Amino acid sequence: MKKTLILTTALAGFAFAATAQEVNVMSWGGAYTKSQVEAYGKPFTAETGIKVNWIDADNPATPIKAQVEAGNVTIDVADVEYSDAIRLCDEGLLEEIDHSMLPPAPDGTPAEEDFLEGALTDCAVANIVWSTVMAYNTDNVNGQPTSIADFFDTEKFPGKRGLRKSAKATLEMALMADGVPAGEVYDMLETKEGVDRAFAKLDTIKDDIIWWEAGAQPPQLLADGEVVMSTAYNGRIFNAAVAEGQPFEIVWDGQILDYDLFVVPKGAPNKDNAMKFIAFATDTQRLADQASWISYGPARRSSGALVGKYVDGKTEMAPHMPTSEAALKNALVNNFEFWADRDTDLNERFNAWLSN
Amino acid sequence: MALPKHASTLERVWHYTYLVICALIFLFLIAPILIVIPLSFNAEPYFTFTEKMLKLDPTGYSTRWYDLLMTFGMIDPDRTRDASWWADFWANSSWMRAAKNSVIIGFFATILATALGTLAALGLSRAEMPARRMIMAILISPMIVPIIITATGLFFFYSMSGLANTYLGIILAHATLGIPFVIITVTATLVGFDQSLTRAAASLGASPQTTFFKITMPLILPGVISGALFAFVTSFDEVVVVLFVAAHDQQTIPRQMWNGIREQISPAILAVATILVVISTLLLTTIELLRRRSERLRGLSPG
Amino acid sequence: MNDAAANAAKAASPEMSDDHLTTADGRPLKVALAEAQAKARRRAFLLVLPLLAFILVSFVFPITQLLYRSVYNPAFSDNMPALVQWFSENSDSTEPGEDAFAALASDLKSLRENKTAGIVGTRVNYDLPGSRSLFTKSARKASKLEPPYREAILDIDEDWADPLLWRVMRTASSPITGSFYLAALDRTRDAEGNIQPVAEERQVYIKLFKRTLFLSALITLTTLILGFPVAHLLATLPLRQSNLLMIFVLLPFWTSLLVRTTSWIVLLQSQGVINNVMVATGVLDDESRIQMIYNQTGTIIAMTHILLPFMILPLYSVMRPIDPSYVRAARSLGASSWTAFRRIYLPQTVPGVAAGALLVFILAVGYYITPALVGGSNGQLISNLIAFHMQKSLNWSLAAALAALLLGGVLILYWLYDRLIGIDNLKLG
Repeated sequence: MKKTLILTTALAGFAFAATAQEVNVMSWGGAYTKSQVEAYGKPFTAETGIKVNWIDADNPATPIKAQVEAGNVTIDVADVEYSDAIRLCDEGLLEEIDHSMLPPAPDGTPAEEDFLEGALTDCAVANIVWSTVMAYNTDNVNGQPTSIADFFDTEKFPGKRGLRKSAKATLEMALMADGVPAGEVYDMLETKEGVDRAFAKLDTIKDDIIWWEAGAQPPQLLADGEVVMSTAYNGRIFNAAVAEGQPFEIVWDGQILDYDLFVVPKGAPNKDNAMKFIAFATDTQRLADQASWISYGPARRSSGALVGKYVDGKTEMAPHMPTSEAALKNALVNNFEFWADRDTDLNERFNAWLSN
Repeated sequence: MALPKHASTLERVWHYTYLVICALIFLFLIAPILIVIPLSFNAEPYFTFTEKMLKLDPTGYSTRWYDLLMTFGMIDPDRTRDASWWADFWANSSWMRAAKNSVIIGFFATILATALGTLAALGLSRAEMPARRMIMAILISPMIVPIIITATGLFFFYSMSGLANTYLGIILAHATLGIPFVIITVTATLVGFDQSLTRAAASLGASPQTTFFKITMPLILPGVISGALFAFVTSFDEVVVVLFVAAHDQQTIPRQMWNGIREQISPAILAVATILVVISTLLLTTIELLRRRSERLRGLSPG
Repeated sequence: MNDAAANAAKAASPEMSDDHLTTADGRPLKVALAEAQAKARRRAFLLVLPLLAFILVSFVFPITQLLYRSVYNPAFSDNMPALVQWFSENSDSTEPGEDAFAALASDLKSLRENKTAGIVGTRVNYDLPGSRSLFTKSARKASKLEPPYREAILDIDEDWADPLLWRVMRTASSPITGSFYLAALDRTRDAEGNIQPVAEERQVYIKLFKRTLFLSALITLTTLILGFPVAHLLATLPLRQSNLLMIFVLLPFWTSLLVRTTSWIVLLQSQGVINNVMVATGVLDDESRIQMIYNQTGTIIAMTHILLPFMILPLYSVMRPIDPSYVRAARSLGASSWTAFRRIYLPQTVPGVAAGALLVFILAVGYYITPALVGGSNGQLISNLIAFHMQKSLNWSLAAALAALLLGGVLILYWLYDRLIGIDNLKLG
């Protein structure tokens, strides 16, 4: 027994490169990863025999850079936000993805046309449209918040607020809450005055903010009553509300839409399997299937028609999607170019602000 | 500590106030550790005592969180608990896997730290040891240097040398962190070590090896074992290095807890905490027994 | 071997001239003695050698390597060869003319080909915030660049004419740089090369160092206040009782750090045990629950608890051997119990206080896990910022510079500890 133990331990170090038939996919954990496991991972393994190892991260974009630059890549596929996909690609940290390997829609439309606008880039293939929304626990809020401005109004709705610990989305929401129309948010953030204004708005609730980092945290904070309102990824709130019966409501006003895209880090140990996985996971049916596990919109036009009910067989998914008509009334589409360029800079200022 | 008979009222009052203060501090020390135990048996997903719990109603308590711990990560947790269920548990349960990793890493790190540490402690406690102070300071430094700096340094070093994402890398790192504890406990034992015993053995014709194994070893063994336990606990509790250099399938118990605390702090985390409290109680008891035995042997303790 | 040396030492009386004494085999005693001692030293050292080598390789070397990163960053120099060349050929005062822009254009083209614009941009961005996009944007358009380059490049973005940018690029063109230490001290260089504080809304590191020192000092003080009476009680009780009570100190000491941190979350959060008890007993109403965690308070409470044993144990080991008859003598000579305590007992505990306080302070300064979990935004310490730059912003050179500053501070304290108390007096349990 002991001998085998020693042997296993000694071998485990080298085993990594040796086992061929697997693919390591890094995603955001919780309900989101679960939807990907069910819709992509299990059928993929069943069809190809390639084992999928799911790894959780707060934001998979950051380990990629660390791994590639340190010359120690273990991830094959990562699920990242749009601006990060662009930025990482710019920096030469990603493998290019050949769009021709992506399967066409069932009616024969080529993938290039079937995907939503911007969903395919040199290094990335989108799988979902998601959004950052504000949500609240109906048990703990007196009255009904209806706008993003209410999130910043601690007089009308007293209590703690949960916010993602990053400049992205936070600054936009602050400006929208301050009365800036969605269309002008990024123009304003280009200027120092605009950034100052966003931070000034955040200052008004700074003492009431509890910061979260992982997507699974906000539903937990809301459920525990640690915060009365929180920003969150819309799918997490949907799952907590529908699957776990939590009394959560989403306020779509001021939501920020974004893609999540699959990328392959440069030097991925199982690159071929990674490409196979991406092609498999982003076909019309898989994307539609994923939407039955969590309320994120598929990135292919042809998947839209196939989206039906939640896995409980009762809940229609369409009204819960961030792309539904009601949800889009006052919505902002994340400006990936802005964040690809300004992320470092604004986060630096954000950090300085946080610790003051 | 008893109050003398002639104590004034003021002194009396102070004396009892003092005892109350001490009692409160002891409470502060121990209450946070004990509080997790009953809460881990909460039937509700809350972190507080429910009314049912306070009334000691059995329905307020359950082992559901322990069950969740076991089944988390299993492929098919819901079927009947026969042999194949247990096989599934052994192979796939996330916490089981973390426990296995923790034990494997802890075991080898302890062996390495104890072997090298004891040897060095024997050298360090000799009067002839050159540059003793300097070397001792270097050997103890892994305990003093902020862990984030150690972890960062190892991250670059391991990425460069190919030790990243290997068990060997984590074992070496944990051994390094455990070594100061071994050095401290073993040298402490050797301070009280009567060198005339080894001289007696030598003068009676024993070889250095025989002297070491028959005389020195049995006497310093309690110190070595305490050092080993310290090293084990250090590894068993370490999370930062694992965060920086371990692969996804090398998650240890603290690493898994770290995720749990940050993301979904459910009473399941309290169940893990309870188990760890029980383990540390056992380790502490062992250490205490060893210490007393060692003191008795050396005639230092009243009993 | 000990005996040989010892016997030899006994035999060699200092008054005697060494020349007259020889060992049985006729060698001068002095030589034999020196040989025996050298041999003993070698043996002792050989026992320590494996561990020393191990620590040097697995610990000291990686940290040295890390420190090197704080002054070495080749991101610019590796990827902008033409401009690096231009900088080396032209002095500080040269205005960048057409030749400089031609070099820039050729580098921008290679940035595009090698997809390294982001790497260079990120490097320059560290010293000049907001300049990253200049590189990525210009590299994207680099293939169209035609002479005259100066005009063509300024056409893409006129920020390329900024003298500060050229100053920053000149600094970055050398892989060995002190600019990360400047950044770690909230300083930067202006266009003339003078060291200036960065804009106020960007200053963070000095503040964090100060906060780390302040919180560590505060935690040291609270552990001392809480630890002293307990250590005193344990030291004055009969051994049997104190051994029993010692469990209260040692059990936390042996319990996982994460367990203890979890416990404090459970106790302190706004729906946690303490708030609930206060609400249930009517001390607080439901609306005014106290926020005791995810802020500085959380960090202080949890760290005080975690570090308290490190204060109690050294205090105890100093207090235990203090002879109670001194205090009794003082009392019998008419001192009040307070005076006797203050004048007689307290001075004798000073070594324990120093040992405990230094140890707690050293450990507190480097804390990471607990502040990360319970510190919220204003309870973070410098270690958390190092972790942030390591894992999130990936500014590794800055992380290394911050680490070097922290390490320097800790090593000074460690040296002080060794001088005052001695490393060998470190006791655990």
